[in-house]
Order: sequence, then structure tokens, then C-alpha cells
Amino acid sequence: MTEWPLWEVFIRSQHGLAHKHVGSLHAPDAELAIRNARDVYTRRNEGISIWVVRSADVVASSPGDKEALFEPANSKVYRHPTFFPMPDEVKHI
Amino acid sequence: MYAQMVDTGLKEVRTADDMPPEERAFQARIDADIKIEPKDWMPEAYRRTLIRQISQHAHSEIVGMLPEGNWVTRAPTLKRKAILMAKIQDEAGHGLYLYSAAETLGISRDQMLADLHAGRAKYSSIFNYPTLTWADIGTIGWLVDGAAIMNQIPLCRCSYGPYARAMVRICKEESFHQRQGYDIMLAMSRGTDEQQAMAKDALARWWWPSLMMFGPSDAASVHSGQSAAWKIKLLSNDELRQRFVDQTVPQADFLGLTVPDPALRWNDETGHYDFGAIDWSEFHNVIKGNGPCNRDRLQARVNAWDEGAWVREAAMAHAEKRAAGAARAVASIQQQGRTA
Repeated sequence: MTEWPLWEVFIRSQHGLAHKHVGSLHAPDAELAIRNARDVYTRRNEGISIWVVRSADVVASSPGDKEALFEPANSKVYRHPTFFPMPDEVKHI
Repeated sequence: MYAQMVDTGLKEVRTADDMPPEERAFQARIDADIKIEPKDWMPEAYRRTLIRQISQHAHSEIVGMLPEGNWVTRAPTLKRKAILMAKIQDEAGHGLYLYSAAETLGISRDQMLADLHAGRAKYSSIFNYPTLTWADIGTIGWLVDGAAIMNQIPLCRCSYGPYARAMVRICKEESFHQRQGYDIMLAMSRGTDEQQAMAKDALARWWWPSLMMFGPSDAASVHSGQSAAWKIKLLSNDELRQRFVDQTVPQADFLGLTVPDPALRWNDETGHYDFGAIDWSEFHNVIKGNGPCNRDRLQARVNAWDEGAWVREAAMAHAEKRAAGAARAVASIQQQGRTA
């Protein structure tokens, strides 16, 4: 028989941060994926909320597209506040 | 270590002259400490070696539950039993993190298990020794998990992203294992004469197999050079073994236990302990399948897999039936919407 499908697991930790990818696991359906994720990824109070997503449903960018996707941001340094030097006399900015 | 004698399939370390341009770019990324991720180009030998290494590591975590499981029903107190069960559950988790990491390299979970069950994939030699008394559980946590930590901390920096991230999780959990083991040894070495004798006997049996966990000496370790160049082996077998001895001997002294090696002595010049020669014939014999428990361990895994087949199939059938039911319900609502 074929393997149980693969799921990606995301956990939100205690401190109000966004859900973060922690790993993957196999489970027959979403309900068991959540239960397995509880056992595999939160044995030490790592989280207060779990998301599971079928790995087959994740659409990812390809490493070959890295330049096309991310290169344009390199030349736009003015998007960072440090681009604008402020006179020492000007405060709270 | 948990992964011993991992074959790279290569006779010597690849040099820049051997490499096509894409492999040169790959090696340059590794040299610059940039992680390799699943979809990145990688040489086939790197992929295959990592599959062997990570799956061997995963199998060791899973098979490693068996010698400990032997003592769950006979732990001396409820507290010790709860702790032991938590440790064994961690080992299952570690195996699962590692199987997932290996799957990102394009091998299926079922294939890895089939390789283990057919004897094509290895697991650490250490789990082929029996756990005869409760002191063995203490010694395993203290020495075996201690040796594992020694190897795994550098692997948190290895070149393959999913493996490195799995190792970070594992290392966070592993020192609980070592401490609970040492805590058992503390209790036993301060206990009755009988308990002290058990502690002494367990150390005598586990010391040399623990040193063998780090694998053959560097001189006899043919694949280490390439694995080091790929940064999937960060420190040599002998370096790790020496660190382990240096760290562990004072811990044994504190317990009042004698390490079973007449050649063991502190060397002021080198700043390390000198220790006696390891009996490599025993190591190779265990690796070949002739250790005290090899057949039992593998049989237990095969039985667990075979006897669990109906559960895996039933869970999948149930999930498919529910999904089909939900799809029918949606279709019927849409149908009603159209006819209304």
C-alpha cells in the first residue's frame, strides 16, 4: 500500500509570534496530522497553536528564480531608514 | 556514532579539477558556509551519502528505543518509569525529524524502512548490546546519549539545511537524556552494595562499546575526507572519541566507579587522557550482524512494521471514505443550488 501523505507543520509559540515552520510528518488525514504534530513537535510546551498543510499543496519558488525574484531589492537601498543621514541636532527621528 | 562508517561511494576526495562547473559552484557554497537546501543542485554522491547517513541516524534513534523499552515495565519507581517513557518518546521524535530530513533528498519513508528491514541499511552498533539491569538504563543515558551529543552538536552546523535544523531540535532535547542517565547512576553508586555492584558491572560492559560508537580510527576511516569536505562530518572520529573520554572519566571518578581500562591515565603533556587500544574485531563483528542482539532488534522492528500494517491501512481507508463523503456532500449542495 502507499504511504500516508506528507504534511508540513507550523507552530505558534507562546509569545504572540507568527506560526513558524517546524518540520513535517506523515498522517492519513488532517485530524491525525494535528494529533501527530502535537506529539512530535510540542512535547515541551513549544506552542499554543498548530497549522498543518499537505506538502503537495505548498507552492514554492525555485532556486533558479532567485535572481529574478530577489535581485531587484538589492539596488533599492533607499527602502532602509539608514539610507537617510540625519543631522545630529535633529532628535526623535 | 549514530551514523558509523558512512560510505560516500568515492575512492578519494574530489578536487576542483575533477569537478564540472556546477559542482565547483556547489563546493564554493559549502566552503562559504552557505546551507544546501532540498531544491538546490547537488552532486549525486552527496545526495546518496546524506541519505545513507541521515537514514542510518534515524534508524539508530528508532532501534535505540528497544533496549530501553525492555525496562519500562520494570523501572524501580513510578517517577523513573515516567521519565524513561518521556525519553523513549523523544527517541521516536528524533527518528521522525531525521526521516523527514532524509525524505527531502528524494527517498520515501517506506523505502528507508524497507532498507532497514532487509538489512541493507545500518544502525549504530551500540544498540545490539543487551540491557541486563536497571543500571544499564543509567549507563545508556550517561554514556550513549553523552557520546551522541558529542557527535550531534557539530552536526548542527552541517552543510545540509534540513539535517542541520533537525540536529538543532535533537540537541535541545538530548541533554535531558544524558542527565537522567547520570542521575540514575548517582543513585545507584550511592545505594546498597548490590546497587553499587550493578553500576560497576554496567560501566564495565558499556564502556568499550560506547567508545566504538565514534567509528573506526581516523587512519582506517576511508570516507571521512570527502564527508569533511562536504561538511557533513565536522570533527574526526578520533577527535570526538578523545573529547568523550576527557569529559567522561572525571564523571566516572565522581561516581566512584572505575573505567575498565588499565591503560587509562592522565597525560600532563598532551592535556588529555591516554587510553587503551580498542578491540576493532568486536566492532566489525557487531556491524556485520553478529552482536549479542542484532537478530532480536531487527526482528522486533520487522514485527512492529508487519503487525502495524492493518492500522496504517485502516487509517488511510477511513480518511479516504470521509474525504469521499465530504466531496459527495459538496456536490449535492451544488446540485441543489443549480436546481433551485
